[in-house]
Amino acid sequence: MSKTLAEKILSLKSHGEAKAGDVVIVDVDWAFVQDSTGPLTIRQFKESGFEALAKPQQTIIFLDHAAPSPAQQLSNDHILLRRFAEETGCRIYEVGDGICHQLVAEQFANPGDVILGSDSHTVTAGALGAFATGMGSSDVAVALALGKTWFRVPESFLIELNGVFPRGVYAKDLVLYLIGQIGADGANYKALEYSGEALAQMLMPQRLTIANMAVEAGAKVGLFPGDKITQDFLVGHRRGDNYQPLYPDAEANYEQVISLNLDRLEPMLSLPHTVDNVHPVTQVKGVKIQQAFIGTCTNGRLEDLAVAAEILKGRKRHPSIRLLIAPASRQVLIQAIKKGYIQNLIEAGAIILPPGCAACLGLHQGVLGDGEVCLSTANRNFKGRMGNPEAMIYLASPATAVASAIRGEITDPREFT
Amino acid sequence: MISNLVLKGKAIKLGDNISTDDIVPGRFTHLRSNLPELAKHVMEDAMPEFASRVKALSAAGESKAILVAGKNLGLGSSREHAPVVIKMSGVGAILAKSAARIFFRNAINQGIPVLLCDTDKIGNGDELEINLTGGMIANLTSGITLSCSKMPPIMSAILKEGGLIPYIQKHKSFKL
Repeated sequence: MSKTLAEKILSLKSHGEAKAGDVVIVDVDWAFVQDSTGPLTIRQFKESGFEALAKPQQTIIFLDHAAPSPAQQLSNDHILLRRFAEETGCRIYEVGDGICHQLVAEQFANPGDVILGSDSHTVTAGALGAFATGMGSSDVAVALALGKTWFRVPESFLIELNGVFPRGVYAKDLVLYLIGQIGADGANYKALEYSGEALAQMLMPQRLTIANMAVEAGAKVGLFPGDKITQDFLVGHRRGDNYQPLYPDAEANYEQVISLNLDRLEPMLSLPHTVDNVHPVTQVKGVKIQQAFIGTCTNGRLEDLAVAAEILKGRKRHPSIRLLIAPASRQVLIQAIKKGYIQNLIEAGAIILPPGCAACLGLHQGVLGDGEVCLSTANRNFKGRMGNPEAMIYLASPATAVASAIRGEITDPREFT
Repeated sequence: MISNLVLKGKAIKLGDNISTDDIVPGRFTHLRSNLPELAKHVMEDAMPEFASRVKALSAAGESKAILVAGKNLGLGSSREHAPVVIKMSGVGAILAKSAARIFFRNAINQGIPVLLCDTDKIGNGDELEINLTGGMIANLTSGITLSCSKMPPIMSAILKEGGLIPYIQKHKSFKL
């Protein structure tokens, strides 16, 4: 039987033949929680009567959402999570280490792994060819104890990418455009599988941005095939031996095929309050903003900070703008310091936040005021997302975010690139 | 264990794309280890009167509040707190045209029936009778009967036990 990449991985991990529509029980390679969903997961785990983890060394706690904690209740949640790590011997990443999805990509995910996280953007690791998906606390609690979960094998959409990015256009613009085409529920329960000539030029940071937002089209996973770029990334992150060239069969059955030519793309934006409300920047130019935020599991990587630092070199943010930058991990921050990006950004008037989720989810570090507008490089612009239902969030690439921070209004980044 | 396979209630109608940020906003993350406090903010940004309406309906006796949404209910975050606070508010079942996959699975794991059907055929305040085994909904107000899409048998089994935790306590593992 010819298989999609999703069917191939779930066949391997269920030790049988998995085809779209089947329900299978699979081995879980990595299971993780973060600090906003972890406490409930641990309570569910204990309530179930479980004591031991199935795979302590493949279980990870990340303290990234409230990092550092802005409230006593969240500090107490951190204490609960640290105690659980001590009791069970699982791995724990502390406040300041970075965002769970970035650390999973840097240190753990391999092609063909099954990864469960109690966070919807767990799909990010699909960039490495891992069947990585977000689940709720009960499902993750059970996976922690059993080392297994159940899946309905998804049907797949093939996303064929050809051409090269024009100047000023990035992976973020591509994924926003794609979500605009598919719709916020257009790929509900499905797998997105990326292919095409453009992949040969698409490095891991760009793949991570694209896979990260698969869930914004409703998808269960967003999968890239294994290739030289996957292998190079793994070698560069000291786990080259874990590489395996996993890709779909040529005759695999796809529910839909969507072809995109990168040459024709332009800078895109998601307008409030849904991610699929996508328009070219040229149609929205001139909207005043009060805050620009560069960071998150979507666009907080070194390459994103490089784009921002390059555009801001010798320039300043607009005096009425707060420009927030949150590197996705400690490693990203260290490299950005070594390369001089952080100095450029600070000199341009940016505020550097600690590695973590920062302003993305409305807890702290950049909560918006009534009627304020933020241009964010995150993945969600739902009403209330950044802590205030009276505020508006636009989503764009780091280049569009800094170009807009310079002018104080939504600006086409091609004016600066 | 869900013993009552026929559920009667009145519809509280919401629109399309109700996100988990609408159901349980991120700004209340500090209350997630205090669920009764968190539940006070259920649906606060989408429908401020939601909690009091559910309470009024539940107080009326046999009838329960039924959350009736449009398409893509529960899109966004994986926070299971979303179905938890809906359940705590007193909602007996959820109906939607479609539901985001993590929310759907979380709600079933919390033992809340979620049925997918054409909710355009249900008006705010309509009296409904839901047959959980047959997956049929009788709209007693309009006289229309709606059929629902089927869920995989493992989900029906989890729902029948009242959620994933009771299911695992009973079976110790997943049974296909």
